[in-house]
Amino acid sequence: MDGIYLDNNATTRVDDAVVAAMLPFFTEQFGNPSSMHSFGNKVGLAIKKARMQVQELLGAEHESEIIFTSCGTESDSTAILSALKANPERKEIITTTIEHPAVLALCSHLEKEGYKTHFLKVDDKGRLDLEEYAKVLTDKVAVVSVMWANNETGSLFPVEWMAEMASAAGVPFHTDAVQAVGKVPIDLKNSKIDMLSLSGHKLHAPKGVGVLYLKRGVRFRPLLRGGHQERGRRAGTENTASIVGLGLACEQARQHMEFENTEVKRLRDKLEAGILAKVPRAFATGDVTNRLPNTSNIAFEFIEGEAILLLLNKFGIAASSGSACTSGSLEPSHVMRAMGIPYTAAHGTIRFSLSRYSTEAEVDRVIQVVPEIVAQLRKLSPYWGEAGPAAEPEKAFAPTYA
Amino acid sequence: MWDYSDKVKEHFFSPHNAGALNDANAVGDVGSINCGDALRLMLKVDPETETIQDARFQTFGCGSAIASSSALTEIIKGMTLDDALKVSNQDIADYLDGLPPEKMHCSVMGREALHAAVANYRGEEWKDDHEEGALICKCFAIDAVLIEETVRANNLSCVEDVINYTKAGGGCSSCHEGIEEILTKVMAERGETFSPHAVVLKEEEKPGKLNNLQRIKRIEMILDGIRPQLQRDHGDIELVDVDGKTIYVNMIGACSGCQMEAQTLQGIQTKLMEDLGEFVKVVPSRAGSYARAASHV
Repeated sequence: MDGIYLDNNATTRVDDAVVAAMLPFFTEQFGNPSSMHSFGNKVGLAIKKARMQVQELLGAEHESEIIFTSCGTESDSTAILSALKANPERKEIITTTIEHPAVLALCSHLEKEGYKTHFLKVDDKGRLDLEEYAKVLTDKVAVVSVMWANNETGSLFPVEWMAEMASAAGVPFHTDAVQAVGKVPIDLKNSKIDMLSLSGHKLHAPKGVGVLYLKRGVRFRPLLRGGHQERGRRAGTENTASIVGLGLACEQARQHMEFENTEVKRLRDKLEAGILAKVPRAFATGDVTNRLPNTSNIAFEFIEGEAILLLLNKFGIAASSGSACTSGSLEPSHVMRAMGIPYTAAHGTIRFSLSRYSTEAEVDRVIQVVPEIVAQLRKLSPYWGEAGPAAEPEKAFAPTYA
Repeated sequence: MWDYSDKVKEHFFSPHNAGALNDANAVGDVGSINCGDALRLMLKVDPETETIQDARFQTFGCGSAIASSSALTEIIKGMTLDDALKVSNQDIADYLDGLPPEKMHCSVMGREALHAAVANYRGEEWKDDHEEGALICKCFAIDAVLIEETVRANNLSCVEDVINYTKAGGGCSSCHEGIEEILTKVMAERGETFSPHAVVLKEEEKPGKLNNLQRIKRIEMILDGIRPQLQRDHGDIELVDVDGKTIYVNMIGACSGCQMEAQTLQGIQTKLMEDLGEFVKVVPSRAGSYARAASHV
């Protein structure tokens, strides 16, 4: 499909070699890996190889620490619910205000079941306050769950250090690393991280496959019980083709790790600088000095994100927005609100997320198109005058709010 | 991606009447800070005839907010103020060949801007009378605030009641968990505990065997009970004929041809079956008359 795809934090293109590696597992290698015959045996070996490829990317000590699941959300739910079941006397959870809904909605739901969740706040750059964390980290806490990198801004969190603190306090630590895996080096064997979630489709593997890393010795209670697959920790016949695909994608991610942090980063920086140089009243959100190499989140003041996306789409450019309207909810992105970004800017945030397939020509085209689109929408905006924002925009236009 | 109609796209990509109107003598500024939409409607009204000679808008908002603003200015140009005040948000949505349920509030904002502008022209103060909450029922575009207020005002205690009073939850039923949460919260306020298994005691006895006249009167009475909900949406229903198990009705006003018509009829049919204690089929009369005409040939 033609077009410029800069929405790789939403999902990625499956690499051609990954597809090729998967195909035999639909037809000639269709066996059930649990079967005793040779149809199954070869498939079992392929899964073992994939497990080792994942292990290598994560720097895990043992391959048996890798549990294949159906997605990042399943891994998150499994990790958090397991910790709660394994520590029934502990009724508190620590997470952050800027987590992905996979964790946030689960924790809010658990509150209704009697758990107390501490939602750690962030500052205007999206950074956590580790003193606040230390204060709530007590022996009442059953699990800490903090994302490695934020999906909207790309901001990185000091999860390795936070895991050390949790370990010292005797609290299990989980991290949702679906955005970080493949983009930042990870070395789990030398960390105190007990559980980690990853998702295949964020790193050029197919949708519908994920991993829960479970450090050896961490007490665990499965979410799905049944067969003995994944050593009884995740019952259900293996999604063999996707697991094989994920394995290869992990190997490729390891090979491209440097490229992501040099070339992809250079293109991202060029894109962001190019747009900010041409568009007034726009700024990058999040912790711009400490973030994923592929992500840029820009707030365009006084216009609305969905309108920007619709016009970008007309030019064949795909990105995403933190505006309320794109999700169907009424609130703008909880991440932008947590950072205290005002509504007039939060609704106009656009996330550009690159991949190793992004090209210089694509970036140049986006730098050319975005200023035109922003100017076009600002002409319609009641907050915007002839040549710039109305003097004191908030006063020039102060509608009766419903 | 939203399923926007071509008309919405057309009015978003090439909005009509966008920009400031310098000689406006009626201005309405409205918005909803939560959902990030805000609209300034500017009118030029002829003081002699109170006719809207020109209308322009400026909008901070999404695609459907901009399209709704554009549609509104097209609809009201040339109207008298009194006629313009009769334009409903459904009229705006209809002009655009419909809006997704999550986006109906954009058309509501258009209507509010119009009322605010007219109030501004007449030197009155316009007061917004509705509050918006998170969308609960996607089938009928009903938000949490409306459900909460209805539950509170009518002492409702089960999902069925909420469906009957607000329509929320009467479609695909995916939002029943959300409705139960609202019930739990509001019932706790009045010192009760929500129970999904509570048996709802009908205050009226189920009718025994009715004769034809009694049965028709009973149907009329049930429809009268539903009528206020339909009228709130600027529609109505009229009983046309009762032929055995088939009840022919006319949907009037906004209900007629509404995208929700089929679901609304389904809801009415369920209500009738519950109250009559028998199986009935509710059919819009036009289709009914076709069928009857065919069978009489």
